[in-house]
Amino acid sequence: MKFTKDHEWVSLDGDIATVGISKHAAEALGDVVFVEVPEVGKTVSKGDSFAVVESVKAASDVYAPVSGEVVEANDALGTAPETVNADPVGEGWFARIKVSDASALDALMDQAAYDEYLTTL
Amino acid sequence: MTDEILKTTPLNAAHRALGARMVGFGGYDMPVQYEGVLAEHRWTREHAGLFDVSHMGQCKITGADAISQFERFVPGDYAILKAGKQKYSLLLNESGGIIDDLMAGKPDHDGLFVVVNAGNKDEDFAFWSANLSGTATLTVLADRSLIAIQGPEAAEVMVAHEPVLAEMAFMDSARLMLFGVDCYVSRSGYTGEDGYEISVPNADAERIWNTILQDARVKPIGLGARDSLRLEAGLPLHGHDIDPTTSPVEGALTFALSKSRKEAASFNGADRILKELAEGPSRVRVALSVKEGAPAREGAEIADADGNVIGKVTSGGPSPTLGRNIAMGYVPPKYADLGTDLKVIVRGKAAAAEVVAMPFVATRYHRKPKA
Repeated sequence: MKFTKDHEWVSLDGDIATVGISKHAAEALGDVVFVEVPEVGKTVSKGDSFAVVESVKAASDVYAPVSGEVVEANDALGTAPETVNADPVGEGWFARIKVSDASALDALMDQAAYDEYLTTL
Repeated sequence: MTDEILKTTPLNAAHRALGARMVGFGGYDMPVQYEGVLAEHRWTREHAGLFDVSHMGQCKITGADAISQFERFVPGDYAILKAGKQKYSLLLNESGGIIDDLMAGKPDHDGLFVVVNAGNKDEDFAFWSANLSGTATLTVLADRSLIAIQGPEAAEVMVAHEPVLAEMAFMDSARLMLFGVDCYVSRSGYTGEDGYEISVPNADAERIWNTILQDARVKPIGLGARDSLRLEAGLPLHGHDIDPTTSPVEGALTFALSKSRKEAASFNGADRILKELAEGPSRVRVALSVKEGAPAREGAEIADADGNVIGKVTSGGPSPTLGRNIAMGYVPPKYADLGTDLKVIVRGKAAAAEVVAMPFVATRYHRKPKA
Protein backbone atom coordinates (compact mmCIF):
# COMPACT_ATOMS: atom_id res chain seq x y z
CA MET A 1 0.00 0.00 0.00
CA LYS A 2 1.29 3.45 -0.99
CA PHE A 3 0.24 6.91 0.18
CA THR A 4 0.09 10.43 -1.26
CA LYS A 5 0.77 13.72 0.51
CA ASP A 6 -2.96 14.45 0.08
CA HIS A 7 -3.68 11.38 2.25
CA GLU A 8 -5.01 9.00 -0.39
CA TRP A 9 -3.89 5.37 -0.29
CA VAL A 10 -3.48 3.09 -3.28
CA SER A 11 -3.08 -0.67 -3.37
CA LEU A 12 -2.09 -2.41 -6.61
CA ASP A 13 -3.29 -5.85 -7.72
CA GLY A 14 -2.01 -6.57 -11.24
CA ASP A 15 -2.87 -3.38 -13.12
CA ILE A 16 -5.89 -2.57 -10.92
CA ALA A 17 -5.33 0.07 -8.24
CA THR A 18 -7.78 0.32 -5.35
CA VAL A 19 -7.93 3.84 -3.93
CA GLY A 20 -9.21 5.32 -0.67
CA ILE A 21 -8.32 7.88 1.98
CA SER A 22 -5.97 7.20 4.88
CA LYS A 23 -6.97 6.60 8.49
CA HIS A 24 -5.36 9.93 9.32
CA ALA A 25 -7.56 11.70 6.74
CA ALA A 26 -10.72 9.93 7.91
CA GLU A 27 -10.03 10.96 11.50
CA ALA A 28 -9.25 14.54 10.51
CA LEU A 29 -12.49 14.83 8.53
CA GLY A 30 -14.62 13.63 11.40
CA ASP A 31 -18.01 12.08 10.70
CA VAL A 32 -18.29 11.35 6.98
CA VAL A 33 -21.86 11.92 5.83
CA PHE A 34 -21.64 11.80 2.05
CA VAL A 35 -19.30 10.34 -0.55
CA GLU A 36 -19.41 11.03 -4.26
CA VAL A 37 -17.53 8.29 -6.11
CA PRO A 38 -16.48 8.55 -9.79
CA GLU A 39 -18.46 6.97 -12.62
CA VAL A 40 -17.20 3.72 -14.04
CA GLY A 41 -15.55 4.31 -17.40
CA LYS A 42 -14.24 7.72 -16.50
CA THR A 43 -10.62 8.38 -17.38
CA VAL A 44 -8.66 10.17 -14.69
CA SER A 45 -5.21 11.71 -14.62
CA LYS A 46 -2.98 11.66 -11.57
CA GLY A 47 -3.83 14.69 -9.43
CA ASP A 48 -7.40 15.10 -10.78
CA SER A 49 -10.15 15.58 -8.25
CA PHE A 50 -12.05 12.35 -8.91
CA ALA A 51 -14.23 11.95 -5.81
CA VAL A 52 -15.65 14.08 -3.01
CA VAL A 53 -15.96 13.19 0.64
CA GLU A 54 -18.16 15.30 2.91
CA SER A 55 -18.06 15.52 6.68
CA VAL A 56 -20.77 17.22 8.70
CA LYS A 57 -19.02 20.53 8.20
CA ALA A 58 -17.29 20.54 4.83
CA ALA A 59 -16.70 18.98 1.44
CA SER A 60 -13.19 17.78 0.52
CA ASP A 61 -11.81 16.67 -2.83
CA VAL A 62 -10.14 13.30 -3.25
CA TYR A 63 -7.37 13.32 -5.85
CA ALA A 64 -6.50 10.45 -8.15
CA PRO A 65 -3.11 9.08 -7.04
CA VAL A 66 -2.60 7.39 -10.41
CA SER A 67 -3.77 7.83 -14.00
CA GLY A 68 -6.09 5.37 -15.68
CA GLU A 69 -9.70 4.31 -16.21
CA VAL A 70 -12.19 3.84 -13.39
CA VAL A 71 -13.34 0.22 -13.62
CA GLU A 72 -15.29 -0.04 -10.37
CA ALA A 73 -16.72 2.43 -7.86
CA ASN A 74 -17.69 1.64 -4.28
CA ASP A 75 -21.38 2.50 -4.61
CA ALA A 76 -22.02 1.07 -1.14
CA LEU A 77 -20.62 4.32 0.26
CA GLY A 78 -23.70 6.05 -1.14
CA THR A 79 -25.89 4.50 1.53
CA ALA A 80 -23.19 3.90 4.16
CA PRO A 81 -20.72 6.83 4.03
CA GLU A 82 -19.76 6.13 7.68
CA THR A 83 -17.80 3.11 6.36
CA VAL A 84 -15.03 5.60 5.49
CA ASN A 85 -14.62 6.33 9.23
CA ALA A 86 -15.06 2.72 10.35
CA ASP A 87 -12.68 1.06 7.85
CA PRO A 88 -10.88 3.67 5.73
CA VAL A 89 -8.22 1.37 4.31
CA GLY A 90 -10.58 -1.60 3.83
CA GLU A 91 -14.31 -1.50 3.10
CA GLY A 92 -14.13 2.30 2.83
CA TRP A 93 -12.31 2.23 -0.54
CA PHE A 94 -13.57 4.72 -3.14
CA ALA A 95 -12.75 3.31 -6.57
CA ARG A 96 -10.68 0.86 -8.60
CA ILE A 97 -8.61 2.28 -11.43
CA LYS A 98 -7.02 0.32 -14.27
CA VAL A 99 -3.63 2.01 -14.28
CA SER A 100 -1.94 3.01 -17.49
CA ASP A 101 1.52 3.13 -15.91
CA ALA A 102 2.07 1.10 -12.74
CA SER A 103 5.52 2.64 -12.26
CA ALA A 104 3.75 5.87 -11.21
CA LEU A 105 3.27 4.24 -7.81
CA ASP A 106 7.02 4.26 -7.28
CA ALA A 107 6.86 8.00 -6.60
CA LEU A 108 4.41 7.50 -3.71
CA MET A 109 5.25 6.93 -0.04
CA ASP A 110 5.23 3.53 1.60
CA GLN A 111 3.67 3.10 5.05
CA ALA A 112 6.86 3.97 6.93
CA ALA A 113 7.50 7.08 4.83
CA TYR A 114 3.86 8.16 5.22
CA ASP A 115 3.98 7.70 9.00
CA GLU A 116 7.15 9.79 9.03
CA TYR A 117 5.43 12.42 6.82
CA LEU A 118 2.50 12.63 9.28
CA THR A 119 4.90 13.58 12.09
CA THR A 120 5.97 16.62 10.06
CA LEU A 121 2.43 18.03 9.71
CA MET B 1 -5.03 32.39 8.98
CA THR B 2 -2.41 30.17 10.58
CA ASP B 3 -0.45 33.24 11.64
CA GLU B 4 -3.48 34.80 13.27
CA ILE B 5 -3.11 35.16 17.02
CA LEU B 6 -6.29 33.67 18.39
CA LYS B 7 -7.84 34.84 21.62
CA THR B 8 -8.77 32.26 24.20
CA THR B 9 -11.71 31.94 26.56
CA PRO B 10 -11.19 31.13 30.25
CA LEU B 11 -12.27 27.56 29.40
CA ASN B 12 -9.49 26.92 26.86
CA ALA B 13 -7.48 24.63 29.16
CA ALA B 14 -10.65 22.72 30.09
CA HIS B 15 -11.41 22.06 26.40
CA ARG B 16 -7.89 20.80 25.77
CA ALA B 17 -8.05 18.58 28.86
CA LEU B 18 -11.23 17.06 27.40
CA GLY B 19 -9.43 16.30 24.13
CA ALA B 20 -11.31 18.83 22.03
CA ARG B 21 -10.29 19.54 18.46
CA MET B 22 -9.71 23.29 18.45
CA VAL B 23 -10.27 25.71 15.54
CA GLY B 24 -10.21 29.45 14.99
CA PHE B 25 -13.71 30.91 15.17
CA GLY B 26 -14.64 34.58 15.45
CA GLY B 27 -11.04 35.33 16.40
CA TYR B 28 -11.05 32.75 19.21
CA ASP B 29 -9.45 29.33 19.65
CA MET B 30 -12.61 27.27 20.15
CA PRO B 31 -13.58 23.58 20.38
CA VAL B 32 -15.22 22.40 17.14
CA GLN B 33 -15.81 18.91 18.52
CA TYR B 34 -14.89 16.53 21.35
CA GLU B 35 -16.00 12.99 20.45
CA GLY B 36 -17.61 13.85 17.10
CA VAL B 37 -20.20 16.22 15.69
CA LEU B 38 -22.93 13.62 15.08
CA ALA B 39 -22.66 12.03 18.53
CA GLU B 40 -22.60 15.45 20.21
CA HIS B 41 -25.58 16.65 18.18
CA ARG B 42 -27.62 13.58 19.13
CA TRP B 43 -26.55 13.78 22.79
CA THR B 44 -27.86 17.35 22.98
CA ARG B 45 -31.20 16.39 21.43
CA GLU B 46 -31.56 13.44 23.86
CA HIS B 47 -29.83 14.57 27.08
CA ALA B 48 -27.94 17.78 27.90
CA GLY B 49 -25.05 19.43 26.08
CA LEU B 50 -22.68 21.98 27.62
CA PHE B 51 -21.36 24.74 25.37
CA ASP B 52 -18.65 27.35 25.87
CA VAL B 53 -19.99 30.48 24.19
CA SER B 54 -17.67 32.86 26.01
CA HIS B 55 -16.44 34.22 22.68
CA MET B 56 -19.76 36.00 22.32
CA GLY B 57 -20.01 39.61 23.46
CA GLN B 58 -21.69 40.59 26.72
CA CYS B 59 -22.49 44.14 27.75
CA LYS B 60 -24.83 46.28 29.80
CA ILE B 61 -26.55 49.43 28.61
CA THR B 62 -27.57 51.47 31.61
CA GLY B 63 -28.72 54.93 32.60
CA ALA B 64 -32.05 56.77 32.58
CA ASP B 65 -32.04 56.90 28.75
CA ALA B 66 -30.84 53.31 28.26
CA ILE B 67 -34.06 51.88 26.85
CA SER B 68 -35.00 54.79 24.62
CA GLN B 69 -31.48 55.04 23.22
CA PHE B 70 -31.21 51.27 22.65
CA GLU B 71 -34.56 51.24 20.86
CA ARG B 72 -33.37 53.75 18.24
CA PHE B 73 -31.42 50.94 16.55
CA VAL B 74 -33.60 47.87 17.22
CA PRO B 75 -37.23 47.19 16.22
CA GLY B 76 -38.26 45.44 19.46
CA ASP B 77 -40.32 47.05 22.22
CA TYR B 78 -38.02 47.10 25.24
CA ALA B 79 -39.92 49.89 27.03
CA ILE B 80 -42.77 47.51 27.82
CA LEU B 81 -40.57 44.44 28.37
CA LYS B 82 -41.14 43.25 31.92
CA ALA B 83 -38.28 42.97 34.37
CA GLY B 84 -37.09 39.39 34.40
CA LYS B 85 -37.65 38.85 30.66
CA GLN B 86 -35.45 38.99 27.56
CA LYS B 87 -36.19 39.38 23.88
CA TYR B 88 -34.43 38.56 20.60
CA SER B 89 -33.79 41.57 18.44
CA LEU B 90 -31.75 43.02 15.59
CA LEU B 91 -29.25 45.85 15.55
CA LEU B 92 -30.12 47.77 12.38
CA ASN B 93 -28.17 50.17 10.17
CA GLU B 94 -29.73 53.23 8.54
CA SER B 95 -30.81 51.22 5.52
CA GLY B 96 -32.58 48.60 7.61
CA GLY B 97 -29.81 46.00 7.24
CA ILE B 98 -28.93 43.73 10.13
CA ILE B 99 -25.61 44.74 11.75
CA ASP B 100 -26.10 41.90 14.24
CA ASP B 101 -28.75 39.83 15.95
CA LEU B 102 -28.80 39.82 19.72
CA MET B 103 -30.52 38.93 22.96
CA ALA B 104 -31.35 41.80 25.31
CA GLY B 105 -33.11 41.42 28.63
CA LYS B 106 -33.86 42.93 31.98
CA PRO B 107 -32.37 40.48 34.48
CA ASP B 108 -32.23 43.13 37.21
CA HIS B 109 -33.26 46.75 37.65
CA ASP B 110 -30.11 48.05 36.03
CA GLY B 111 -30.83 48.66 32.34
CA LEU B 112 -30.31 46.01 29.69
CA PHE B 113 -28.03 42.96 29.64
CA VAL B 114 -27.14 42.27 26.01
CA VAL B 115 -25.44 39.29 24.31
CA VAL B 116 -24.13 39.72 20.75
CA ASN B 117 -22.24 37.56 18.24
CA ALA B 118 -18.49 36.98 18.64
CA GLY B 119 -17.53 38.12 15.15
CA ASN B 120 -19.48 41.37 15.43
CA LYS B 121 -18.97 42.35 19.03
CA ASP B 122 -16.19 44.90 18.50
CA GLU B 123 -18.25 46.56 15.77
CA ASP B 124 -21.44 46.48 17.88
CA PHE B 125 -19.73 47.97 20.91
CA ALA B 126 -18.11 50.69 18.78
CA PHE B 127 -21.51 51.40 17.21
CA TRP B 128 -23.19 51.88 20.58
CA SER B 129 -20.26 53.89 21.94
CA ALA B 130 -20.59 56.26 18.99
CA ASN B 131 -24.37 56.40 18.79
CA LEU B 132 -25.87 56.11 22.27
CA SER B 133 -26.50 59.58 23.64
CA GLY B 134 -28.05 61.23 26.67
CA THR B 135 -27.37 59.30 29.85
CA ALA B 136 -27.19 55.86 28.22
CA THR B 137 -23.88 54.17 29.00
CA LEU B 138 -22.31 51.07 27.46
CA THR B 139 -20.32 48.79 29.76
CA VAL B 140 -18.57 45.85 28.08
CA LEU B 141 -18.51 42.83 30.40
CA ALA B 142 -15.15 41.39 29.34
CA ASP B 143 -14.77 39.89 32.80
CA ARG B 144 -17.57 37.38 32.14
CA SER B 145 -17.73 34.00 30.43
CA LEU B 146 -20.88 32.49 28.93
CA ILE B 147 -21.85 28.85 29.35
CA ALA B 148 -24.94 27.31 27.73
CA ILE B 149 -26.59 24.06 28.74
CA GLN B 150 -29.10 22.75 26.21
CA GLY B 151 -31.28 19.68 25.83
CA PRO B 152 -34.30 17.92 27.33
CA GLU B 153 -32.41 17.08 30.55
CA ALA B 154 -30.81 20.52 30.94
CA ALA B 155 -33.44 21.80 33.37
CA GLU B 156 -33.24 18.73 35.63
CA VAL B 157 -29.46 19.03 35.74
CA MET B 158 -29.51 22.71 36.65
CA VAL B 159 -32.42 22.52 39.10
CA ALA B 160 -30.38 19.98 41.07
CA HIS B 161 -27.84 22.78 41.59
CA GLU B 162 -30.33 25.61 42.16
CA PRO B 163 -34.06 24.90 42.67
CA VAL B 164 -35.15 28.43 41.75
CA LEU B 165 -34.17 27.74 38.12
CA ALA B 166 -37.27 25.52 37.83
CA GLU B 167 -39.39 28.66 38.11
CA MET B 168 -37.93 30.18 34.97
CA ALA B 169 -39.73 29.84 31.62
CA PHE B 170 -38.46 30.36 28.07
CA MET B 171 -37.02 33.87 27.67
CA ASP B 172 -37.00 34.59 31.41
CA SER B 173 -33.88 36.44 32.52
CA ALA B 174 -32.55 36.71 36.07
CA ARG B 175 -29.56 37.88 38.05
CA LEU B 176 -28.93 35.44 40.87
CA MET B 177 -26.34 33.65 42.95
CA LEU B 178 -25.42 30.37 41.32
CA PHE B 179 -22.51 28.14 42.36
CA GLY B 180 -21.80 30.81 45.00
CA VAL B 181 -21.22 33.63 42.52
CA ASP B 182 -23.13 36.45 40.85
CA CYS B 183 -24.60 35.20 37.54
CA TYR B 184 -26.92 36.38 34.80
CA VAL B 185 -29.14 33.47 33.73
CA SER B 186 -31.65 33.25 30.90
CA ARG B 187 -33.77 30.29 29.91
CA SER B 188 -32.83 30.33 26.26
CA GLY B 189 -30.19 29.14 23.83
CA TYR B 190 -29.62 28.64 20.14
CA THR B 191 -30.32 24.95 19.58
CA GLY B 192 -34.13 24.75 19.64
CA GLU B 193 -33.93 22.85 22.93
CA ASP B 194 -34.89 23.87 26.44
CA GLY B 195 -31.94 25.13 28.44
CA TYR B 196 -30.09 28.03 30.01
CA GLU B 197 -27.39 30.51 29.11
CA ILE B 198 -25.36 31.43 32.17
CA SER B 199 -23.03 34.43 32.36
CA VAL B 200 -20.42 33.77 35.03
CA PRO B 201 -17.34 35.65 36.30
CA ASN B 202 -14.25 34.58 34.30
CA ALA B 203 -12.47 33.50 37.47
CA ASP B 204 -15.21 30.96 38.21
CA ALA B 205 -15.87 29.71 34.68
CA GLU B 206 -13.71 26.58 34.79
CA ARG B 207 -14.98 25.55 38.23
CA ILE B 208 -18.62 25.94 37.15
CA TRP B 209 -18.01 24.20 33.80
CA ASN B 210 -16.40 21.22 35.56
CA THR B 211 -19.10 21.11 38.23
CA ILE B 212 -21.92 20.92 35.68
CA LEU B 213 -19.97 18.28 33.69
CA GLN B 214 -19.87 15.97 36.70
CA ASP B 215 -23.52 15.12 36.00
CA ALA B 216 -23.63 12.00 33.80
CA ARG B 217 -26.46 13.52 31.77
CA VAL B 218 -24.13 16.27 30.53
CA LYS B 219 -21.43 16.14 27.84
CA PRO B 220 -19.33 18.98 26.40
CA ILE B 221 -20.45 19.96 22.91
CA GLY B 222 -18.39 21.78 20.26
CA LEU B 223 -19.26 24.47 17.78
CA GLY B 224 -19.78 21.89 15.02
CA ALA B 225 -22.86 20.46 16.68
CA ARG B 226 -23.97 23.91 17.82
CA ASP B 227 -24.16 24.85 14.14
CA SER B 228 -26.10 21.76 13.03
CA LEU B 229 -28.48 22.15 16.00
CA ARG B 230 -29.23 25.80 15.21
CA LEU B 231 -29.70 24.93 11.53
CA GLU B 232 -32.31 22.29 12.41
CA ALA B 233 -33.98 24.87 14.66
CA GLY B 234 -34.27 27.23 11.67
CA LEU B 235 -32.25 29.91 13.45
CA PRO B 236 -30.22 32.28 11.26
CA LEU B 237 -26.46 32.63 11.65
CA HIS B 238 -25.27 36.22 11.31
CA GLY B 239 -22.71 36.72 8.56
CA HIS B 240 -24.24 33.81 6.67
CA ASP B 241 -28.07 33.74 6.75
CA ILE B 242 -28.40 37.42 7.63
CA ASP B 243 -25.96 40.31 7.24
CA PRO B 244 -25.88 44.12 6.93
CA THR B 245 -27.54 43.95 3.49
CA THR B 246 -30.44 41.79 4.73
CA SER B 247 -33.57 43.33 6.22
CA PRO B 248 -35.64 41.63 8.94
CA VAL B 249 -38.42 41.12 6.37
CA GLU B 250 -36.07 39.40 3.92
CA GLY B 251 -34.62 37.38 6.77
CA ALA B 252 -38.09 36.06 7.75
CA LEU B 253 -37.60 37.68 11.16
CA THR B 254 -40.73 39.84 11.20
CA PHE B 255 -41.61 38.40 14.63
CA ALA B 256 -38.83 40.64 15.93
CA LEU B 257 -40.71 43.74 14.74
CA SER B 258 -42.91 44.93 17.61
CA LYS B 259 -46.34 46.30 16.69
CA SER B 260 -45.93 49.57 18.59
CA ARG B 261 -42.49 50.19 17.12
CA LYS B 262 -43.75 49.57 13.57
CA GLU B 263 -46.60 52.02 14.15
CA ALA B 264 -44.17 54.61 15.46
CA ALA B 265 -41.62 53.84 12.70
CA SER B 266 -39.07 54.86 15.28
CA PHE B 267 -35.99 52.76 14.52
CA ASN B 268 -33.08 52.73 12.06
CA GLY B 269 -34.14 51.69 8.59
CA ALA B 270 -37.87 51.86 9.33
CA ASP B 271 -38.62 53.33 5.87
CA ARG B 272 -37.29 50.30 4.02
CA ILE B 273 -38.66 47.78 6.49
CA LEU B 274 -42.20 49.20 6.51
CA LYS B 275 -42.14 49.43 2.69
CA GLU B 276 -41.12 45.77 2.44
CA LEU B 277 -43.85 44.79 4.91
CA ALA B 278 -46.45 46.60 2.78
CA GLU B 279 -45.22 45.64 -0.69
CA GLY B 280 -43.22 42.50 -0.08
CA PRO B 281 -39.42 42.14 -0.23
CA SER B 282 -37.53 41.15 -3.38
CA ARG B 283 -36.13 38.04 -1.70
CA VAL B 284 -36.93 36.04 1.41
CA ARG B 285 -35.20 33.39 3.53
CA VAL B 286 -36.71 29.93 3.12
CA ALA B 287 -36.07 26.46 4.49
CA LEU B 288 -35.26 23.73 1.98
CA SER B 289 -35.46 19.99 2.32
CA VAL B 290 -32.91 18.54 -0.12
CA LYS B 291 -34.31 15.29 -1.44
CA GLU B 292 -31.23 13.69 -3.01
CA GLY B 293 -27.50 13.86 -3.43
CA ALA B 294 -24.87 15.83 -1.57
CA PRO B 295 -25.49 18.40 1.15
CA ALA B 296 -26.12 21.87 -0.30
CA ARG B 297 -23.90 24.25 1.63
CA GLU B 298 -23.41 28.02 1.75
CA GLY B 299 -22.96 29.41 -1.75
CA ALA B 300 -24.79 26.63 -3.61
CA GLU B 301 -27.20 28.02 -6.20
CA ILE B 302 -30.95 27.55 -5.89
CA ALA B 303 -32.88 27.06 -9.15
CA ASP B 304 -36.55 26.87 -10.05
CA ALA B 305 -38.08 23.64 -11.36
CA ASP B 306 -36.88 24.54 -14.89
CA GLY B 307 -33.30 25.05 -13.75
CA ASN B 308 -33.23 28.87 -13.80
CA VAL B 309 -31.04 30.15 -10.97
CA ILE B 310 -33.17 32.20 -8.56
CA GLY B 311 -31.10 32.37 -5.37
CA LYS B 312 -28.37 31.03 -3.16
CA VAL B 313 -28.02 28.79 -0.12
CA THR B 314 -26.78 30.66 2.96
CA SER B 315 -26.29 27.66 5.21
CA GLY B 316 -26.94 23.97 4.88
CA GLY B 317 -25.79 20.50 5.68
CA PRO B 318 -26.93 17.11 6.85
CA SER B 319 -29.58 17.03 9.57
CA PRO B 320 -28.57 14.33 12.06
CA THR B 321 -32.07 14.31 13.57
CA LEU B 322 -33.93 14.00 10.26
CA GLY B 323 -31.36 11.88 8.43
CA ARG B 324 -31.49 14.04 5.30
CA ASN B 325 -29.93 17.21 3.98
CA ILE B 326 -31.43 20.59 4.83
CA ALA B 327 -30.58 24.16 3.88
CA MET B 328 -31.62 27.77 4.17
CA GLY B 329 -31.36 30.31 1.42
CA TYR B 330 -32.90 33.29 -0.33
CA VAL B 331 -35.42 33.18 -3.17
CA PRO B 332 -37.94 35.64 -4.65
CA PRO B 333 -41.19 35.48 -2.62
CA LYS B 334 -43.13 33.80 -5.44
CA TYR B 335 -40.99 30.69 -4.83
CA ALA B 336 -41.33 30.78 -1.04
CA ASP B 337 -44.64 28.96 -0.60
CA LEU B 338 -44.44 25.70 1.36
CA GLY B 339 -44.26 22.73 -0.98
CA THR B 340 -42.68 24.64 -3.88
CA ASP B 341 -40.40 22.34 -5.87
CA LEU B 342 -36.95 23.84 -6.40
CA LYS B 343 -33.45 22.56 -7.14
CA VAL B 344 -30.12 23.09 -5.47
CA ILE B 345 -26.96 22.94 -7.56
CA VAL B 346 -23.98 21.26 -5.92
CA ARG B 347 -20.76 20.85 -7.93
CA GLY B 348 -22.74 21.33 -11.13
CA LYS B 349 -25.38 18.74 -10.33
CA ALA B 350 -28.99 19.79 -9.77
CA ALA B 351 -30.80 17.98 -6.95
CA ALA B 352 -34.49 18.18 -6.10
CA ALA B 353 -35.42 20.31 -3.10
CA GLU B 354 -38.68 21.50 -1.59
CA VAL B 355 -39.60 24.58 0.42
CA VAL B 356 -40.58 23.39 3.91
CA ALA B 357 -41.61 25.03 7.17
CA MET B 358 -39.11 26.36 9.71
CA PRO B 359 -38.00 25.03 12.10
CA PHE B 360 -36.92 21.77 10.48
CA VAL B 361 -37.02 20.05 13.88
CA ALA B 362 -39.72 21.06 16.37
CA THR B 363 -38.42 23.29 19.15
CA ARG B 364 -38.85 22.27 22.78
CA TYR B 365 -38.68 25.59 24.62
CA HIS B 366 -40.10 25.57 28.14
CA ARG B 367 -43.07 27.89 27.80
CA LYS B 368 -45.37 28.65 30.70
CA PRO B 369 -48.94 27.56 30.07
CA LYS B 370 -51.14 30.59 29.35
CA ALA B 371 -53.28 31.43 32.40
